[in-house]
Amino acid sequence: MTLFRTSLAAFAAIMIGAFSAASLSPAHAAGGGTKPPAHDWSFDGPFGTFDRAQLQRGYKVYREVCSACHGMSLMRFRNLSQKGGPEFTEAQVRALAADFKISDGPNEQGEMFERPGRPSDGFPKPFPNEQAARAANGGAYPLDLSVIAKARNYERGFPLFLLDIITQYQEGGPDYVKALLTGYEDPPKGVELLPGQNWNKYMAGNIIGMPNMLNDGQVEYPKGPDGKSPVPETAKQYAADVVAFLMWSAEPHMEQRKSIGRQVFIFLLLFAGLLYFTKKRIWSRLPEHAPGAAH
Amino acid sequence: MSGPSSYVPKLGIAKWLDARLPLPRLMYDSFVAYPVPRNLNYFWTFGGILMLMLVSQILTGVILAMHYTPHATLAFTSVEGIMRDVEYGWLMRYMHANGASMFFIAVYIHIFRGLYYGSYKAPREVLWILGVIIFLLMMATAFMGYVLPWGQMSFWGATVITNLFSAFPIVGETIVTFLWGGYSVDNPTLTRFFSLHFLLPFMIFGVVILHVWALHVTGQNNPTGVEVKAVAKDTIPFTPYATIKDAFALVLFFAFFAYFLFFIPNYLGHADNYIPANPAVTPAHIVPEWYFLPFYAILRAVPDKLGGVLLMFAAIAVLVVLPWLDTSKVRSMSYRPLARQCFWAFAVTCVMLGWLGSRPAEGIYVTLSQLFTALYFAYFLIALPLLGLFETPKKLPGSIAESVLGKMKGGSGAVVGAAAPAEPNTKG
Repeated sequence: MTLFRTSLAAFAAIMIGAFSAASLSPAHAAGGGTKPPAHDWSFDGPFGTFDRAQLQRGYKVYREVCSACHGMSLMRFRNLSQKGGPEFTEAQVRALAADFKISDGPNEQGEMFERPGRPSDGFPKPFPNEQAARAANGGAYPLDLSVIAKARNYERGFPLFLLDIITQYQEGGPDYVKALLTGYEDPPKGVELLPGQNWNKYMAGNIIGMPNMLNDGQVEYPKGPDGKSPVPETAKQYAADVVAFLMWSAEPHMEQRKSIGRQVFIFLLLFAGLLYFTKKRIWSRLPEHAPGAAH
Repeated sequence: MSGPSSYVPKLGIAKWLDARLPLPRLMYDSFVAYPVPRNLNYFWTFGGILMLMLVSQILTGVILAMHYTPHATLAFTSVEGIMRDVEYGWLMRYMHANGASMFFIAVYIHIFRGLYYGSYKAPREVLWILGVIIFLLMMATAFMGYVLPWGQMSFWGATVITNLFSAFPIVGETIVTFLWGGYSVDNPTLTRFFSLHFLLPFMIFGVVILHVWALHVTGQNNPTGVEVKAVAKDTIPFTPYATIKDAFALVLFFAFFAYFLFFIPNYLGHADNYIPANPAVTPAHIVPEWYFLPFYAILRAVPDKLGGVLLMFAAIAVLVVLPWLDTSKVRSMSYRPLARQCFWAFAVTCVMLGWLGSRPAEGIYVTLSQLFTALYFAYFLIALPLLGLFETPKKLPGSIAESVLGKMKGGSGAVVGAAAPAEPNTKG
């Protein structure tokens, strides 16, 4: 018995030791980037929806800035008018697509030809292949952005990662990408960057090929009735808008998912409640569960 | 437990069929008249939940397979096509991916329930071993399923896990080449994993039938661990009692499932798997899905590769011999004060191993992994064999009925045996 108590006490001591040892060991964020601050997104939480105007602005930022190097191979122009997205009108989408020359063919003579884009076309690729992309970018390969908002995350740590279940925090990706876009700094003293390298506070390892691309006043936003843009035309705002757009492109059916989810979840809870009372009623036929049974 | 059949066909066609293929009789005896210990708690509802999870995985999986393309250059895009362009494809895919996690949550609760209440002991050894086989098949299925989206974690997870077999002397390399269908994880690996991922769930289904069959021969264990002595007193019919209780628990579990599926569908996954597989770029940390983390920690606890692999397989193999390692005659830990504390220490050990599996294999984490690996095996190889020899169990109730109905009559200290024989009113 004493031996047993001792071993249990030893076990408890091991547990405490394990936790404290682990908390003293160096932090393991994915390679040393600063944790990004949380942004208040319109699409977070169980009732979150995308802000149409923000997605439309975000598309404008993507098209005027990002698309020079980054493709979105999973996106079609028609997606821009689908429900739950930026919801451009179909006429607007036709006009947006027609701005691009798309290579099509072969025609009846066996030749490729160019024609204006249609809503069914994919977003045009900035480079014909990876080699061309690398050649134009000092050896770096600009990533495809279709699902980038879900392909990035940062470590939340204990106990936040458990709380995230209750708070439904799913915006690690968007928070990280937004922070990254505005996270450029001068390198610390003594760090020499090679040509084509840039210093970013949030990048794992801090060195990133992409230079700072967003500057205040760079993209002109649609004007409100007073002749001014309803949101500031700043790098911060551009970053938030384009990331919202990227989140939508990564999860185009998010609104439908959450809306169906609310109905399913409430239905299941109500159904469970009814089943609980039915169960109680049926089990009350047993003597030990009869009303008035002493326990 | 399965006594003489009480099925009485009433309709003419039922009588006709009963004389030729008594399938309705089998169903009636298994899911209506089947006697269930009257004291089962809600941990006993997970068997039914698991059955439904298997059905859910097979249904969503069959639909996904209609739209999925098992090819190294197309798999990632086809999964995204399901998410974007297939009507409710996102629902099928998230249901399938989160369903795998829910399946494992349920199976772990089911296994730990068995460990706590001693459900592995005679005469349920075969039932238990069939369960371990199902668990192994589930792990193989889940692993291969995770490879199919062909993201970075798919690819590198497959590389790490298949490489384990290369640790075996002489045959190792041959096995790995055979698994890969070539000299690295590539398209042939993906296609054979897809084929096997489709096949294995049906093998699970087959073993589940054996598992249920074995269960219906021995009857269920129960929280007291005392065998059913008098069917009339100790048990209640499956329908309506267990049916309605299982239904309630099932719907509640599906509400939990729905919460993940609809509101945090990527919580249990890894962001890197939204990056298409790239053999030229290794992720910073390769981690398996959460349900493999404890075993992954055991694997990496050993500096020697072969040792790690053997220990990881031993962690599951030890479950097979568990019925003979536990020397105690008492099944339920409720009556084993020392074993119960060891059980909870073991549960904490498993959680710690899970956490360590998610850490990089360096520094203090390796030492901790070794420590908790030792504790994991100590539970099976030291605690359970020895405790049965020197532990004094608490007094067991005379019967299931006594443990339930006795409490009603007397207060604490009353002689439970004196409780009036209860006549369960089970006519409904």
